[in-house]
Amino acid sequence: MAPLDELKIGGMGASRRRVEDNRFIRGKGRYVDDIVLPGMLHMEVLRSPVAHARIKSIDTSAAWEIPGVRLVLTGETMAARNLAWMPTLSYDTQAVLATDKVRFQGQEVAAVVADDPYIAKDACSKIVVEYEQLPPIVNPVQAQAPDAPLIRDDKENQPTNKIFDWEIGDKAATDRAFAEADVISKTELHYPRSHPSPLEPCGSIADYDRATGKLTVYMTTQAPHIIRAAVAMVAELPEHMIRIVSPDLGGGFGNKVPIYPGYVVSILASILTERPVKWIEDKSGNLISTGFGRDVYLQGEIAMRKDGKILGMRMHTISDHGAFYADAQPTKFKIGLMHSAFACYDIPAAHLTSEGWYTNKAPGGVAYRCSFRVTEAMFFQERMIHNAANDLGMDQAEFRRVNLVKDDMFPYRTAFGFLTDSGQYKKCLDIGLEAIGYQNFKAEQEEARKRGKLLGIGISTMTEPLGAGNSREYDIIGIKMFDSAELRVHMTGKAILRTGAKTQGQGHETTWAQIVAHELGIPADDIVVEEGDTDTAPFGMGTYASRSTPVAGAAVAMVSRKIRAKARKIAAHLLEVSEEDIEWELGRFYVRGNPERGVTIQDCALAAYSNVPDGMEPGLENNAYYDPPNLTWPFAAYICKVEVDPATGVWDVLKFVAVDDCGVRINPMVVEGQIMGGLTEAYAMANMQYITFDEEGNCIGANYMDYLLPTAWETPGFELHEVVTPCPHHPIGAKGIGECATVGGPAAFVNAVINAIEHTGVRNVDMPLMPNRVYEALKTGSDISGMPPVRVD
Amino acid sequence: MYPSRFAYDAPSSLEEAIAILDAGGGEAKILAGGQSLIPMLKLRFAAPERLVDINSLPGLDYHRVDPDGTLRIGALCRHEDLEFSDKLDAFPTLAQAAALVADPIVRTRGTFVGSVCHADPQGDWAATMIALDGSIVAQGPNGRREIPMSDFVLGPFVNALAYNEIAVEAVIPAAKGTARGGYLKLERRVGDFATASVAVALDMDGDTVRRAGCALAGVGGRTIDANDAISVLVGKTLTDENIAAAAQAVAAAAEPRTDHRGSADYKRHIVETFVSRILTNISRSEQKAA
Amino acid sequence: MTSLYDEVSPAPAADVPTKRVTINVNGEARTVDVEPRLLLAHLLRQGLKLTGTHTGCDTTSCGTCTVLFDGRPVKSCTMLAVQADGHEVETVEGMSSASELHPVQEGFKQEHGLQCGYCTPGMMLAAKALLERNPDPTEDEVRWALSGNLCRCTGYQNIVKSVLWAAQKMRGQNPEA
Repeated sequence: MAPLDELKIGGMGASRRRVEDNRFIRGKGRYVDDIVLPGMLHMEVLRSPVAHARIKSIDTSAAWEIPGVRLVLTGETMAARNLAWMPTLSYDTQAVLATDKVRFQGQEVAAVVADDPYIAKDACSKIVVEYEQLPPIVNPVQAQAPDAPLIRDDKENQPTNKIFDWEIGDKAATDRAFAEADVISKTELHYPRSHPSPLEPCGSIADYDRATGKLTVYMTTQAPHIIRAAVAMVAELPEHMIRIVSPDLGGGFGNKVPIYPGYVVSILASILTERPVKWIEDKSGNLISTGFGRDVYLQGEIAMRKDGKILGMRMHTISDHGAFYADAQPTKFKIGLMHSAFACYDIPAAHLTSEGWYTNKAPGGVAYRCSFRVTEAMFFQERMIHNAANDLGMDQAEFRRVNLVKDDMFPYRTAFGFLTDSGQYKKCLDIGLEAIGYQNFKAEQEEARKRGKLLGIGISTMTEPLGAGNSREYDIIGIKMFDSAELRVHMTGKAILRTGAKTQGQGHETTWAQIVAHELGIPADDIVVEEGDTDTAPFGMGTYASRSTPVAGAAVAMVSRKIRAKARKIAAHLLEVSEEDIEWELGRFYVRGNPERGVTIQDCALAAYSNVPDGMEPGLENNAYYDPPNLTWPFAAYICKVEVDPATGVWDVLKFVAVDDCGVRINPMVVEGQIMGGLTEAYAMANMQYITFDEEGNCIGANYMDYLLPTAWETPGFELHEVVTPCPHHPIGAKGIGECATVGGPAAFVNAVINAIEHTGVRNVDMPLMPNRVYEALKTGSDISGMPPVRVD
Repeated sequence: MYPSRFAYDAPSSLEEAIAILDAGGGEAKILAGGQSLIPMLKLRFAAPERLVDINSLPGLDYHRVDPDGTLRIGALCRHEDLEFSDKLDAFPTLAQAAALVADPIVRTRGTFVGSVCHADPQGDWAATMIALDGSIVAQGPNGRREIPMSDFVLGPFVNALAYNEIAVEAVIPAAKGTARGGYLKLERRVGDFATASVAVALDMDGDTVRRAGCALAGVGGRTIDANDAISVLVGKTLTDENIAAAAQAVAAAAEPRTDHRGSADYKRHIVETFVSRILTNISRSEQKAA
Repeated sequence: MTSLYDEVSPAPAADVPTKRVTINVNGEARTVDVEPRLLLAHLLRQGLKLTGTHTGCDTTSCGTCTVLFDGRPVKSCTMLAVQADGHEVETVEGMSSASELHPVQEGFKQEHGLQCGYCTPGMMLAAKALLERNPDPTEDEVRWALSGNLCRCTGYQNIVKSVLWAAQKMRGQNPEA
């Protein structure tokens, strides 16, 4: 009997076409706003037009008078039910509907529930709110001024606007390294505020059934089980009476991890009206009030020997968290995994200090397509490395080669205590350099400069920690960060798999089935995958921080192995030999020494329901909770070549090479899709995609006219290369890929543009590298730093 | 996303449309392509009592070149009709601008004349019309009148139409001599508001400029009429020195403001650069032709 | 006859004027009473239950609501439903028959031209309109034609490949060759 061809059954390594596409290409996806329930009402939220003000009065009487209006809610209504405030994922509190003050432009002030959203919007415009304006704070410098107004006067023991001080690393050892250094390189940067901005905004349909006491909420969430726990806490409802359903999601990128006021208000509205209440945020609401990413300032230093060896590193970060500390991140780490910076470099001593501040801006600090501040960490790292190489007068590639962790140094303990376990860093870098034509570049650059053309090349090499967590160190609001899978094999050998993750474009319905196919030999087409319904899916922490494949994907492999173990016993029974005499090949057990005598996994499935050995429980299903022993550490080398137009500051990508080592690839097509998508967000952040504020605290970037996402026209093409170093502790050797390109990509673009103009003495232009900023830097030969409040003449 | 209430008419004749506007006493607004108006309705930046939808009016979707070379663009000619037109050989400024208006999907619906009437300081078409010395034909209860562009745009989002008039046609005169021109726009991505746009239109007699027109978008509180500034080229050839002088003169006419798209100085510099690039391209193609 | 949000509001309030319109949607005449302010996208999604047309922004920027209006792509959030009276509208639901996908749909699946699927219907309709006008586009022409439609997941590269795949197939060539 010929063994099964794993690629043909859609197993590991197959670029299997996606099963979810069958509905999406027909317009049959089902997103929250597509769901209509009988008797459903519609909710709209009224938001604050100002950044910081005391609410003197709210008059809703005119809104109530509009025909079709069913309910008008304000902070007062919420407070009467103890729902005016809710906990955040970082142990702070956040206003649901404002009672005392508004603390950022766009904050939720009131909500109207009506027969249709047009009427709800009409009624919102009839609500009269009287504000007494207070001075707004739009950055951490203003926040720490001695006479700064106190944003969080609602909190006890909060005398200033500071949220936290935090540090990690060995200060004394780092100080010694700097004392011994030949050269010290300093870098100051700002990673501007950005917004994940999935095309689908956030929304929910709350459906409270008074008869059964059950609350069902259809919700745009990447983490339905966390939300269920949070709703249980906030609404004081029993957990088994809450069902969160996350249907198809129109992208997430971290934006759909937190719990938002709109969700909570829709739940109360449903309880009060006893009808389903749908709330669909508009784009502006999404951009100005929901979880943003970044907004961190860095002061960084690298201590080096003349020969290029890095001796030590210091970072100080100042982060702007907006009006509520609502970062989605593991409890233990106040500024996420910022201390993963420099993990790919062999550095003996490092010290990180961080401070976080309240401002009159939207709350957030979500992991925007990254593993908790890892995007900032790697951007800071690669900009510091770029400057350090220049300060030494050393070639960028050579400087990295000297300092990258070598293949024979694994497992490697970083100065901040992370354990990286595998990789071929130099190989990845060399493949990238070869592909971009690095060897000839300097001559090319010189020659181009003579013709008035400015070429630049930028390298970004990094390893990032994915797959939070292990549960010893990683939890969110106390819930440990493991994940789960449940596999039920039917008697015909078809199967249903459910996990605690939640796909939002990553293709779990396709790729999870491939893992099962790999482990059991059941064709992927015979396996249906379900996620997102807390009544049926096993408990899991959801999908963000590139943790699906490292954690839930591992659980899928582990549960498949449990199924295989039981099937082996059944096979022994069917073949009438002892279990020890059974061998496994893909999809089939056979008798050792007699390969012709065997049974398929499908035979075992049938027997599990019709012919089990004495004493064995019938059925073939199981579950697995996977608590990873460590993070996974994919590596990437991104190299970008640009041309800058000196007359306008406009820059074009001439070539971009990405070399990713994400371990074993389950579905290469899907992996490449993730990389290209991530690189595009990296390009966007480097070039145009940012949110800033004017001096009044007005959000610049409140809609897609001002918050710029690149189109197919601007977005460059990407050339992808692959290196595979399997993860030693992951059951299928995978490391995760969803976010590597977003994390490592921005520095490649920025380093390239800086390289093109640094002959003028420019050392840094902070993102976004908009043409005007690049031009100013070129013209003046000086740095363009930070994003000061916009001032309009 | 949800406009407030308004009354709606879709008249089937121009006369009927004008009568509705007339009866509306200034509270009615014309809906043509709607690609600027409907977003404003959705955001509730505009809340007219009544919309008069002119999309059903017959015979206004044309653009044609008269025997004397005059280009006439009807009120329902869409941006993409011009983008894919084979009638704009003698109007290079328009041909180049057509593909840069908004984005490809908006261009299927939005209209040339509507865009000119919208008088957005960042609008592309108003700038080309000023550079080309065009005019707008307005029809009201008392008949037709032709309004030169120099009198048509009164300020940001304000045009010279009376409340009961409809702009039925844009008229662009033929070049006296050979038509040359160009349109450049600095936008950070397709569909972005312009950081700066430059429309240049030249009538050439051999290598001598007979008439020069120029207008700017995105660099002032209104579309900037730079016709006077660029007239330094009249009677001259496109030498590097003359190009530089014209570019400087036009840049001086810009009235940019500093905002998140760039400093006033930067925008002025872009204007100068773009004028210079358009003129240099014309000069080079002239040399090639010769 | 269908009215907006008919699940909750079978008839609009008596003082709200509506207009009766007949629209040919995916080859079928649909007669509906609509308030003038109702956007075409909302009529398609709510009244006609064609939820494949999405809405993603407030500013006519994202193109997720793109449908074909008399054969040309328009952003259906930037048209009033009343304006479609007497016209033809094609949505993603009209692209394929029960048994056969449109080549553009096939191309998007074959070349992994979608991830979350939210932009996909609009993107595919814009692509279909392009190929009807230009059966053999270059990569740049595809990028240009799709530049009114945003995608956050794919980085566009595979979308471009999907459209070129469809173009080949529609020209009778084998896109897998």
